Amino acid sequence: MTVSDVNETQPNLRFSQIGKPLTRTDSPGKATGRTPYAGDYVMPGMLHAKVVRADIASARLKRLDVSKARALPGVVCVLTAQDMPDRTIATDIPGQTGRAKLKTDQQILVKERVRYFGEPLALIAAETPDIAEQARRLIEFELEPIPGVYDPEEAMKPGAPIVQGTDNIVATHKIRKGDLEAGFAAADVIIENTYITPFQEHAFLEPEVGLAWIDENEVITIRVCTQVIEHFRAVADAVGVPHNKLRVMGAMVGGGFGGKEDVTVETYLAILAQKTRKPVRLEFTREDSFLGHGKRHPIKLKYRTGVTRDGKITALDVQVLADAGAYVYLSPYVLLYCAVNAPGPYRVDNLNVFAQAVATNNMFSSAFRGFGGIQAAAAYEQQMDEAANAIGMDRIEFRRRNYLKTGDPISTGFVPPSAIWTEKCVDLAWQALGEPTPSKGPIKIGRGIAASQQSYGRLTFLHDTSEAWVGIEMDGTVTVRSGVTDIGAGQASSLAQIAAEIIGVTLPNVNVYNSDSQVTPLAGTSTASRALYMTGNAARLAAQAVRDRLAVVAAELLKAEPAQISMEFNQVFVTDDPSRAMDIADLVKVCASRGVHRSELAIFRAPFTDVLDPETGQGQAHPDYAYGAQAIEVAVDIETGEVTVLKCIAAHDVGQCINRAAVDGQIHGGTQNGLGYALSEEMLYKEGRLITPSFSEYLMPTAMDMPHVETIILESRSGLGPFGAKGIGEPAMTPVAPAVANAIADAIGVRVFEMPITPERIWRALEAARG
Amino acid sequence: MSSDKAVTLRINGHDETATVPSHRTLLEALRGLGHVDVKCGCEKGDCGACAVLIDGEAVDSCLTLAHSAAGREITTLQGLGTPENLHPLQLSFSELGAAQCGYCTPGMIIASESLLRKNPSPSEDELRHALSGNPCRCTGYVKIFEAVNAAAEVMRNSGDPK
Ligand code: FES
Ligand code: FES
Repeated sequence: MTVSDVNETQPNLRFSQIGKPLTRTDSPGKATGRTPYAGDYVMPGMLHAKVVRADIASARLKRLDVSKARALPGVVCVLTAQDMPDRTIATDIPGQTGRAKLKTDQQILVKERVRYFGEPLALIAAETPDIAEQARRLIEFELEPIPGVYDPEEAMKPGAPIVQGTDNIVATHKIRKGDLEAGFAAADVIIENTYITPFQEHAFLEPEVGLAWIDENEVITIRVCTQVIEHFRAVADAVGVPHNKLRVMGAMVGGGFGGKEDVTVETYLAILAQKTRKPVRLEFTREDSFLGHGKRHPIKLKYRTGVTRDGKITALDVQVLADAGAYVYLSPYVLLYCAVNAPGPYRVDNLNVFAQAVATNNMFSSAFRGFGGIQAAAAYEQQMDEAANAIGMDRIEFRRRNYLKTGDPISTGFVPPSAIWTEKCVDLAWQALGEPTPSKGPIKIGRGIAASQQSYGRLTFLHDTSEAWVGIEMDGTVTVRSGVTDIGAGQASSLAQIAAEIIGVTLPNVNVYNSDSQVTPLAGTSTASRALYMTGNAARLAAQAVRDRLAVVAAELLKAEPAQISMEFNQVFVTDDPSRAMDIADLVKVCASRGVHRSELAIFRAPFTDVLDPETGQGQAHPDYAYGAQAIEVAVDIETGEVTVLKCIAAHDVGQCINRAAVDGQIHGGTQNGLGYALSEEMLYKEGRLITPSFSEYLMPTAMDMPHVETIILESRSGLGPFGAKGIGEPAMTPVAPAVANAIADAIGVRVFEMPITPERIWRALEAARG
Repeated sequence: MSSDKAVTLRINGHDETATVPSHRTLLEALRGLGHVDVKCGCEKGDCGACAVLIDGEAVDSCLTLAHSAAGREITTLQGLGTPENLHPLQLSFSELGAAQCGYCTPGMIIASESLLRKNPSPSEDELRHALSGNPCRCTGYVKIFEAVNAAAEVMRNSGDPK
């Protein structure tokens, strides 16, 4: 069942295709196995690459002998740091501001110091994959272990082994407002808890893969699965070629979730292609993939909340400690998201947030769907339940007394420009749970709710822009060209839908060319729930310009005013008199003969701001925020600690659906990702060594585990995206894990403060409660 | 290489010859022959992206040796239907939004087809069980279940399970 209350809240706008559950343009190819992915491209004479990795997390490279590998017939090239001195790769996504980049350059291959388990030591290119693998085994290296540090708290202590900088602290953010002391003084009860969130692996089904070659213009060209083709600049810098001589082309990406947001195989491919001057293919094994891209940050969040007996939050103090792992990557930004979202969708006037990210010898952490906002939600929503319990108030009622309302400022003092419909989302989701399932014997039933706030659009101090080009052909078909990468959420298809809606052609008549750093206008990243917001707007502006020019000519031909012209289903007609009509294709031919410009390149700019105040964190961090809620019912077997999710409802204000089926799909997938995060997905490390580098050890929800997910879509039409849309990719996941945690606590009467909430942790918590 | 041996594989109704060593997996051999609709996600039997039908039964081609598949009927996703003549599962996966990134889709449809050939009206449990070796990271399986059920109905009614 799905509830949409558009009609109740806004007069229904008339769309011919927006908001409908249309078949995405990429679906038929995927369902018939015809869609090529980056790993499906081959070239004559191509070489096969391998990465050789360190097998100790903290060590000094004493000896690296590649002579036997080099001597093996069929090996074309073996490279070590000695062969490419001082090459580094920048690991942040540059903004447009010219602001100094984060100090996050990483050695491409280990020169001397190994900082994490799996750090690359050497690259091999050989004539066949078998020979490359044989060569890998012939490489001899000796690593001398040096003391490492695997816990952020330990890493901050004086005398701790230094992984990065002088004290391992890679980022600090503060948010302060109001009077914290006065706030706590006004509280009747103070609730203090620490919540622990785990590493998480993206586990996209398609491991990192790419093919590089040098083209007829000496351009190093890389076809790769990535969320961010804009890394072509960093890769060009790393191999020492001008930015216009390195080209990154995407393909349909087999899942990203943030794990293909940083550079993965591109640098290795560029170096090997440059060195060998042959096409080179590199495909990560699943184990490479586990070791080769950053994870979700494990974060420890200490919450201290002051509340009055009548349910008002008077003060909140939050201490955040994130494990950045061995390299900085996007840690400062992830941490900022966590800090900004620390109070969640609640109004807290007396607030203090102190957040730090610390380097360790664990796997580096970086972007993952939810990007710091998820960890904050895991904590603030559990804390809301704890606070409600402490004052003996119903948890929905307690939330109701503290929601941010439309027009209220968030933690940074910024007032989101769109609607804040948290209350509606929570109420609808909670009601949809229906009659409670009865507990039976050792099977205890519990229910949980969680609300969430998650930004869409990148940090506004990065000065984000996006471009799209739209043109109409002589036969009435429409072309969209935009650099946006399609990571499986229908990014390209939604651009087609927007152009189709505005120009008035049917969806099959639109073709999108995307994801090419030198040929399609740069659109920015498919990250931060921004693709629809940013690139959708760019496509909207471009399509509107084309439409407007066509309408002027149509008005003349049909003897009407441009404002009276409608375009729909490949026809152009006078709105009040549809008998006066012609084919759009015929109109385009007339336009062409008159030299009317039938295409447009548009740029869309997000709001540009400066950074937040470094002491108070006040200012604007994001363009806008999305709000939603998750309601969950679980059954917990208190004898085994086993959890079954019985009911799962997600309610989100998406602003405006562009494709209803795609929105539902994002919510289903976000829910699954969140359930795994809450319950089963665990990356176990021993002294920095990952001991769960496969899908048989790292347990994500399978078809056996997933409950049905009911979606409730609200459309406030207030978002900054096209037609009032907000982002949904990340918001879909944000409230899931705390809703599960709250349901489990409701079922068993004690809380497990550390995720994932495994049967073992549940059993221990019950044991502890029994004394 | 000297250890390479020719093997004739019957793929989607056509005989093709691969010259590969005895340790080569069917996954590698199929992709080497251009059947890149067979995906690689783990090479360990953990993800099902590489599933193909062998004599009507879904198997992980990464756990099958190419030479052992000689003389058997191998069907990949492309072998089930074409864009002009879609298999009911291909149609339902496409129209109901069951493919997001689409990387699990070949294996998922093959596993579904294998199930429906044996059991045209699977219960929810039977369906979940049949797809449990095919993790999908994008869809939460919700639309996948819908798509398989919709296709099953079409296939039952057409009386031609293809
Ligand atoms: S590639 Fe065969 S099961 Fe994963
Ligand atoms: S659709 Fe992406 S893994 Fe299933």
